[in-house]
Amino acid sequence: MTLALTHFLIVSAALFSIGLLAALSRRHAIFILIGVELMLAAANLNFVAFWRFGPASAQPTGVMVAIFAIAIAAAEAAVGLALVIAVYRHYRTTNVDELNSMRG
Amino acid sequence: MSHAAFIAIAVLTLAAALAAASLSKLIHAALCLALVFIGVAAFYFLLGAEFVGLVQVFVYVGAVAVLIVFTILLTRRESERPAPFKWGGAIVAVAVFVSLLWTILKTSTLPAVAPAVTPLTVKHIGDSLMTAYVWPLQCVGLILTAALIGSLVLVIEEKP
Amino acid sequence: MVHRFPSSKVSGGFLDQIFVWTKQQVLSVFTDAPEWVVQIVSSLINIAAVLGTFLTLFALISVLERKILGRIQNRYGPNRVGPFGLFQPVADGIKMLIKEDIVPFRADQVVHFLAPIMMVLPAILALGVIPYGRNMTAFAIDGGILFFFAVGSMTELAVFMAGWGSNNKFSMLGAMRAIAQMVSYELPLIITVLPVVMIVGSLSPDAIVAAQGGYAHGLVPRWFVFTPWGGAAFILFFISGLVESNRTPFDVPEGESEIVAGHMTEYSGFKYATFFMAEYFGMFAISGLAVTLFLGGWHAPIRFLEVVPSYVWFFAKLSALLFVFIWIRGTLPRTRVDQVMNFAWKFVLPMAFTCIISAAVWHYQAHGLAGWLGSFAVVAVVYLSLSYVLDTRKKFAPRVYRFAE
Repeated sequence: MTLALTHFLIVSAALFSIGLLAALSRRHAIFILIGVELMLAAANLNFVAFWRFGPASAQPTGVMVAIFAIAIAAAEAAVGLALVIAVYRHYRTTNVDELNSMRG
Repeated sequence: MSHAAFIAIAVLTLAAALAAASLSKLIHAALCLALVFIGVAAFYFLLGAEFVGLVQVFVYVGAVAVLIVFTILLTRRESERPAPFKWGGAIVAVAVFVSLLWTILKTSTLPAVAPAVTPLTVKHIGDSLMTAYVWPLQCVGLILTAALIGSLVLVIEEKP
Repeated sequence: MVHRFPSSKVSGGFLDQIFVWTKQQVLSVFTDAPEWVVQIVSSLINIAAVLGTFLTLFALISVLERKILGRIQNRYGPNRVGPFGLFQPVADGIKMLIKEDIVPFRADQVVHFLAPIMMVLPAILALGVIPYGRNMTAFAIDGGILFFFAVGSMTELAVFMAGWGSNNKFSMLGAMRAIAQMVSYELPLIITVLPVVMIVGSLSPDAIVAAQGGYAHGLVPRWFVFTPWGGAAFILFFISGLVESNRTPFDVPEGESEIVAGHMTEYSGFKYATFFMAEYFGMFAISGLAVTLFLGGWHAPIRFLEVVPSYVWFFAKLSALLFVFIWIRGTLPRTRVDQVMNFAWKFVLPMAFTCIISAAVWHYQAHGLAGWLGSFAVVAVVYLSLSYVLDTRKKFAPRVYRFAE
């Protein structure tokens, strides 16, 4: 039995679900960010796996998308964490449930 | 051989991911996240995309993980009050996983054997970045600059 | 993917290839074994060779550093254990091993334990991609330079783990200082590598060394340090390397007069020795990369000296750089934190970018005399204008000493 695309997809799906679990069930802003990063990593893994198992083409599209996604994810993390710090400075909390002053 | 490596990496990555999602101490979760990133990079190596794996380690472990631990350090005061666990999130996550799994196993058109491709060299990636993907590259540069300025504006101390 | 039998392109003499030949002899025992066994054995041999060499070098330099510092400070240095004090590392090792290992009561046990391991791991991994001689690269991959910096960036996390895990304010302060200066100087460190990568057109250390072979006019070796951009980049790279390995004059993270020993405050015994080893291995790795990138790797400086085996040249250059490290430590005082940061962002980073432009000028003038002068002019103009702009115009009054009457 050799490694098939299915194996990678299953691992990636599990990683995505764990990220979703972290993003939905934790209340700390940084945990939510960790969940988002996990989901992004799972998506990237899918891209590279599909590139490897897909038909050969002139441009390594899957790899390129993964590289761009990593670069964007770095920007996303920087801005997200800056937001967390700004929110913390203002409200003295990082619990997203307590940030409810806009609630009607 | 690569089968054993695959199983080892998968177990390590998923265990670290579970730990990152469920540990109560934030700093431990962040360190486990770094381990997940290394595991995913190992998957890239296994798939023959060495360059992506190296970039992954470089960007995520070297930059994003350090950013996260610094943020934890700067927002430490109110700390880990154990919040009631939200079962809703867990149910949704399990439901998503089961549906994804069902879809993957149901699809019969997935290629089982990887086609023999020429190894992806750094030169090839560089050529692609400078020819077919030059506009996305410029856009990424713009986004990174904007993110740099934006995050600085967000966190800079306001002078009273 | 790691091992390659270089028999097809062996070009050096027998003495030059003796280690490669020995490895092939060992591997030929396993001709009947499956491919993956051969691969694992080959990797193990490489790992053992790199580790053995550098552990010996570490033991040697720990005593030589103290001897040289002693010479600089007009004293003897260690001279009790063995001839000329050469067995001092053995005594030190035994002392470190039998010391009590103290873990603070409120420390984060797991993180405190893992930090020294995480610290030494990247340094050892980074040593793998450096070509030590003709056909002597332990881990030859296409993106070797990127690999070096990717594993090198893991050190920051390890420093943080040490600082956080100790639960001590000095540790945390030291770790913050260390991470701040490592992040600041990682940027110039990488940007000064870019001109070399641009000119060679490859991220593989082997290709970079190969591009520096041969002699201009049959006399001057074609090492990159002899070009204007290469010379400037080499100096900037070396300064950044000093900071990355936390050496004097940039050892503010562990400035003992201010914050005890920085992130290593709460470590004792063998864990402390591991930190010490990681620091020296990091120094070896940075120096090895500097030799590879700018000083021609294992190439001989003069043509008729090429009979000397290639690895001898590599380690000679490495020792010269290590001597400069020690020399600087014995000579310069420690800088302040703000000085380190200002220097990074206001001077080193712009100069590093200048090296890229300068290398482009050199490249498009076909590596000739016009290119040499042009790229020298670029570096000189930026250097002079930066020193004019950054000059604070502070007049320092002559120092006066006041004594109690």
